[in-house]
Amino acid sequence: MKKRSVAGSALAILGGDLVFCGLTGHSRLHKALGFRPHEDSGRWVPIPYQQGIRVDWSITILRPVEEVYSFWRNLENLPRFLRHIHSVRQIDSLHSHWIIQGPSGKMVEWDAEINNDEPNKLIGWRSLPGSEVDTAGSVHFKPAPRDRGTEVQIELQYKPAGGVLGALFAKLLGSDPAKQIREDLRRLKQVMETAEFATTEGQPNGKNPIRTTRPRVKRARSGNK
Amino acid sequence: MKACCWYGKNNVSVETVPDPKILNRGDAIIKVSLTAICGSDLHLLHGAVPTMESGDILGHEFMGEVMEVGDGVRNLRSGDRVVVPFAIACGECFYCKNQLWSLCDNSNPDAERLELLYGYAGGGLFGYSHLYGGYAGGQAEYVRVPFADIGPVKVPESLRDEQVLFLSDILPTGYQAAENCNIKPGDTIAVWGCGPVGLFAIQSAFLLGAERVIAIDDNTTRLKMAEERCKAETIDFRKTEDVIEALKMMTGGRGPDSCIDAVGFEAHGANPVALMDEAKYKMFLATDKPIALRQAIQACGKGGTVSIPGVYAGFLDKFPMGAAFAKGLTLKMGQTHVHKYMRPLMEQIEQGKIDSTLPITHRMSLQEAADGYKTFDTKPEECVKVVMKP
Repeated sequence: MKKRSVAGSALAILGGDLVFCGLTGHSRLHKALGFRPHEDSGRWVPIPYQQGIRVDWSITILRPVEEVYSFWRNLENLPRFLRHIHSVRQIDSLHSHWIIQGPSGKMVEWDAEINNDEPNKLIGWRSLPGSEVDTAGSVHFKPAPRDRGTEVQIELQYKPAGGVLGALFAKLLGSDPAKQIREDLRRLKQVMETAEFATTEGQPNGKNPIRTTRPRVKRARSGNK
Repeated sequence: MKACCWYGKNNVSVETVPDPKILNRGDAIIKVSLTAICGSDLHLLHGAVPTMESGDILGHEFMGEVMEVGDGVRNLRSGDRVVVPFAIACGECFYCKNQLWSLCDNSNPDAERLELLYGYAGGGLFGYSHLYGGYAGGQAEYVRVPFADIGPVKVPESLRDEQVLFLSDILPTGYQAAENCNIKPGDTIAVWGCGPVGLFAIQSAFLLGAERVIAIDDNTTRLKMAEERCKAETIDFRKTEDVIEALKMMTGGRGPDSCIDAVGFEAHGANPVALMDEAKYKMFLATDKPIALRQAIQACGKGGTVSIPGVYAGFLDKFPMGAAFAKGLTLKMGQTHVHKYMRPLMEQIEQGKIDSTLPITHRMSLQEAADGYKTFDTKPEECVKVVMKP
């Protein structure tokens, strides 16, 4: 242990960075080597969004198949847990009008149709031809083994036409759209099992205490005066 | 309200922050009457737990009076006196319904992050980093408690705060550790670590039918508590050259029937392997120091169980898998399923079968929390457990 090999130190740095990366989603090593995550550049990075976003995920919900199917089949429920969707309005039994809204208020809308519906088994939908956003999704339902409820298998795909829309999706879904949508599916499970979303938004903390005993840190001001 | 907040390594202080609010229909707001500093809070103090953010409110062992409930709460009313489990559980998912409360599917808003690390995510915890939900903790005047119908347990007037506070964490933790040993009447159990969890594990092992408990530590105050108050036989590992040999001699050459590691990942030891662990830990070549765990595995008798209440966080080096395999050991571990044990253990306290205030050595006001942390961290000979009154 007295000799610190170069290889050992390098491994230590790599190992530590891997753990850090896994935990925080950022890699100091990546930054040092010049790879920039999308949010860093502050501009729309074309690559993921021109090819579209595709998410495949599976989750088990401790509710009967009929209940999970019915909840999803009422497409107006989707924005309750898919946070990137502003609203879905049912036009008739097969058609619906979808709106997503970017942070600046810009709205993107399209019409979709249900192209697959097997009660308690499968729902498939897709945007109508000519829509600004080419999107499709399907969700399979099947009873989970033992008494574990329902297995839900989701595929979701977005192919924005490009340009501004790609940027909008980037802002809504972030640099890791699969991660946000996985979190959203967890929200579906939470709302179906507990009728609420686990949250700590709005809880107190000591970031800016009302009164503090800590010494004030003088921050250097840049620019004027 | 006043709250003890984390600002970095060895940097905690009590600040004035906004009061908590009801955020979900199932929430309650508790006015804290008594709270404590846990050994695992020291991992936070040392900066050993990632994802802590400046200003996070600490504390996961607390009790008090219900002040306000959300309109979805049925089992609690304003004025109820309750003790709150440190693990947050929804009561509705598969794991909660199967008494695996600390593995709750729905109580951790940071589940995605934890899943990246461990494959699957357990439930949220009060005051224990943003891996576990970043919930504001209970070293404060008030706490927002989610799923208030599921967690908080009402306390009878006949029991004082100090008698029930530890139902929030360390007493169920010690009990689960002992229960996981599969104790058969007449067994000998060895316990590494005579801190509060270890002391409760010793008491619980006797309650569950052990004939002998052998406690291992280097802290004379704690060894004395284990011996005089808990009726354990003791080994001081700084004075005993070979702990494993000593255990063999004390058990007719068979070894203990089961072993409990009540030390966790920031262990310290007095042998060359321990020093290597320390060096690797400091150089970030290892995330955990399994000194006590290695010994427990080496010492355990054939066919026995090694029970691990923890805490472990990352990866272990030089893990004696060969020894565990060769002896056909069972390893049982995990975060405490607090909810399962609170009411049964409260009954045992009422019947006088558990000395539940045993570990308390320091009492102070919440205002003195920073001193409390310092004393707990740097003076283990005199300080075993700190409780604080807001």
